[in-house]
Amino acid sequence: MIEVGADLPEKIFYLDRELLKRYADASGDQNPIHQNEEFAVSVGLPNVIAHGMLTMALVGKYVSDFAGGSAKVVEFGARFTKPVIVPAGQKVDLTVTATVAEISEGKISLTLSATSAGVKVLGMAKAVVLQ
Amino acid sequence: MLNPDSVGSTFAGTDSITVSQSEVDAFCAVIGESDTTIAPPTFTIRITLTQFEEILTRPEIGLDWSRLVHGDQKFEIFSPVKPGDELTCNATIESYRVAAGNEIVTVRSDLYREKKLVVSAWSTLVVRA
Repeated sequence: MIEVGADLPEKIFYLDRELLKRYADASGDQNPIHQNEEFAVSVGLPNVIAHGMLTMALVGKYVSDFAGGSAKVVEFGARFTKPVIVPAGQKVDLTVTATVAEISEGKISLTLSATSAGVKVLGMAKAVVLQ
Repeated sequence: MLNPDSVGSTFAGTDSITVSQSEVDAFCAVIGESDTTIAPPTFTIRITLTQFEEILTRPEIGLDWSRLVHGDQKFEIFSPVKPGDELTCNATIESYRVAAGNEIVTVRSDLYREKKLVVSAWSTLVVRA
């Protein structure tokens, strides 16, 4: 039984440069800040950063898993507060947790948390799923 | 700078877009989703981002895509998108403001299947000063 205030289990996703390339191809977003370190640094970024939408897609997977499938996700939103930094040759974490915020009219609202290397990367992250 | 006269304008996509099984498969593979019969919740960014990039960077609209970062994103999904769906997409420039030299634009994308709204997506884009 899911109750308001319940904390959902943590899940850790791992991101590397290869995953960013695969997401670029799958999403069509070939912005070089997500693939080319020299370019990323030249525009003032610390290193290559993950697509915000890749972070959100992975958090979306967390939400779908909780809900029992992608078809049950009816609302999903987030603010991109800090980038997920992906240095060459490394796997960086995306650690996702959630709290049940509301249950009403057959829907469950989740407040989501996502961090990478201990830094909060999404703000005001929320999802609504069908019960 | 974005042309402020464009705020409130809606731009219709010219062609319908067919969601292919292979593109859903590729998106699912990246996030580790094994059910490829339904598009993951954020999949439609693949369709909407391409469309609003084309619109916002038109000379008469004038957004500088090279200094763009994604500020926030929201989806409302009224009917899950599936491979084989034929979708049309409208993009509306909902709001625009300049804060500390940064341009902040919100675009709403509405995706339709047979004239029925299936997904509304809001993308807030920030052009850094």
